Amino acid sequence: MRRADRLRKFRAYGLIAPLFLFLVAFFLVPIGFVLYFSISNPEVVTMLPRVTEALRAWDGQNLPDEATFAALAEDLKLGYADRTLPKVSLRLNYEVSGFRSLLMRTGRKAKRMQAPFREAMIARDARWSDLIYWRTLKGNDSAFTMHYLLQAIDLDLQWDGGIRRAPPEKQVYLDNLQRTLWIALVVALSCIVLGYPVAYMIATAPRRLAKILILLVLLPFWTSLLVRTAAWVIVLQKAGIVNDVLLGLGLVEEPLALIFNRTGVYIAMVHILLPFMILPHYSVMKGIPSDHVRAATSLGATPRAAFLSVYFPQTLPGLAAGCLLVYVIALGFYITPMLIGGGSDQMLAYLIAEYATNTANWGLAGALAILLLACIGVLYPLYQRFAGAGGMKLG
Amino acid sequence: MTIKKYMTAAAVAIAAAALAGSALARDFTIASWGGGYQDSQRKNFFKPYGDSKGIRVLEDTYLGGWAQFKAMQETGNRPWDVVQVETSELIRGCEEGLFVKLDWSRIGQKSDFITPAVTECGLGVAVVSQLVGYNPKNTKVQPTSIADFFDLKKIPGKRGLRSDPKGTLEFALMADGVDVMDVYKVMSTKAGLDRAFAKLESIKSSIQWWEAGAQAPEWLVSGDVVMSTAYNGRISKANKDGHGLKMLWQNNILYVDKWAIFKDSANVDAAYGYLKFFTDPKREAAFTNDYTYGQPNKAALNFIKPEVAAELPAGKNIADALDTGREDSVEFWLDNSDEIFERWTAWKAK
Repeated sequence: MRRADRLRKFRAYGLIAPLFLFLVAFFLVPIGFVLYFSISNPEVVTMLPRVTEALRAWDGQNLPDEATFAALAEDLKLGYADRTLPKVSLRLNYEVSGFRSLLMRTGRKAKRMQAPFREAMIARDARWSDLIYWRTLKGNDSAFTMHYLLQAIDLDLQWDGGIRRAPPEKQVYLDNLQRTLWIALVVALSCIVLGYPVAYMIATAPRRLAKILILLVLLPFWTSLLVRTAAWVIVLQKAGIVNDVLLGLGLVEEPLALIFNRTGVYIAMVHILLPFMILPHYSVMKGIPSDHVRAATSLGATPRAAFLSVYFPQTLPGLAAGCLLVYVIALGFYITPMLIGGGSDQMLAYLIAEYATNTANWGLAGALAILLLACIGVLYPLYQRFAGAGGMKLG
Repeated sequence: MTIKKYMTAAAVAIAAAALAGSALARDFTIASWGGGYQDSQRKNFFKPYGDSKGIRVLEDTYLGGWAQFKAMQETGNRPWDVVQVETSELIRGCEEGLFVKLDWSRIGQKSDFITPAVTECGLGVAVVSQLVGYNPKNTKVQPTSIADFFDLKKIPGKRGLRSDPKGTLEFALMADGVDVMDVYKVMSTKAGLDRAFAKLESIKSSIQWWEAGAQAPEWLVSGDVVMSTAYNGRISKANKDGHGLKMLWQNNILYVDKWAIFKDSANVDAAYGYLKFFTDPKREAAFTNDYTYGQPNKAALNFIKPEVAAELPAGKNIADALDTGREDSVEFWLDNSDEIFERWTAWKAK
């Protein structure tokens, strides 16, 4: 009996094992890597080990002693020879512009430098007498750092561990996050307004009509996102279809600015995401027996009351699922705002892509991704509460 | 027992595949920018080279930036032998030892090439110019200088600019009267950088940012903008389709991409062979007649059709151009791009 039980359990586990392994390999492990990249800081400790050690005893107030300069000269010499110096130079340049050229310039000559190193290095580049470079080195004496995660929320990690707000011209990320959350919210709300009646119509239409309607919803859904985005450019541009029609009818005198601004982004994103709102609603509405509303009205409820107290509450699970889907997908939008938006319509994914692919600053790209993930992490419990026990469970 | 047998078999198969992967040399592979550009390269260089040597030339697409190279450095894989890169990635790859220091005796006489085409780790591929393009149909007053691009009174209307601080800030300073040779000296100071941003601020409400090179000529043709910065080859291509766009060559910005060879490539000889093959002036000219970008070999100009040569970043067209391969340009952007990118992003969103 027990053996049979165990066997059954074993078989059940065996059946979900492929999915479980898939999730681990393609979901959990990559997220783990992203988290790791966002706090990992190996460059200075591994590529400039001697000066890192020498700076541990330094108080950060006066220029370091000759031994520290000598340690740096040795690190630069070796780093230049084994070609690790460019990497650590770029890393330090994230914090102080110009650190790269300072290290590379000094590194090229480090082999021929002789004691006293302090004089030799300052003679090569006077910037070595500026404390900021030494403090930045000292601030990176650990293989892990909060630098990127703090930068992602517009905070600046100081060399002595203090945290300050980033200067105004570098406050980029919270503003962008706020905009990203706002755009996703507007898109989700617009999708409810537009999608709810459509879903209701499909759910209550005669079968043949419903089939056609659902096909109309699905057809754009099956078209590639890039194609739909490009199509919107043609429709919305200055000499596009919409403007031609409006001008032709004499409704406007000047072509409307429908693209390369927020309006265009909303239009295109709502269109792209509408099926994600309609389909969950449709499946929920399909399951609501039509005699519920009829019963309510026969008991004297006005159509409005019947809808609000009988029909609408039953559609809440669909609403919650649709909203979550649309909102979460909208948060990660990248190509549509890039091609249809203007300078102030770019979303967080744009910055993540820039750092991940262009400059290969994976630390900051990882930190921004974690930020976005955290926002979704906050939303999910809210959704579960809202959707209640009858709601669709994702986990 | 059977499971164990399967596991053993699987392990053996994986090991065998791994061995085969490392033991079998991959065919010679070139990575370039893809699209119509690479089609033209295939026709004029890749395929003829493969045919002449009796080898197969494989191709891939490089997406720009450093991510693909970083992945190669961290995994040790070298999927490509030759790649076409921009100057900043070339310098970085050269410093970090990803690319070989070129042995010029295997390529040709250095003096045969234009100056920006000869570098430590890279041979110039194509000379591309970013310049102001405009559609005479959209504007009565035609721009005659880069300053006009920033003059909303003289020429009102939307103008397209590349959504990238690199190049755009330089245009702003040149329009503000900074000499082409002093651009980076000025921009290295806080006041100079502020000046560039202030100049851009003065036309901010009329800027339409482009991300992809194809957008600029599209907008010029559709009338969405009165003028736009653009790559010269893209404008010429639109004109081949009969659109009649114009180019303003004053203070244009030059880019010379480079061919680089991977140090750990198993096909270094084939790579050098390809570079030598590429430098043939007639072959380069044939490419330019197809796709209007300038060529590194000076002699190529002798075989380029005159009507094409008039639209090339060469000769008097680039007399006062800003060369982004210049040392001060490369150094400035390597040192400052992280910080400026943040300021740029914050400014653009405001």
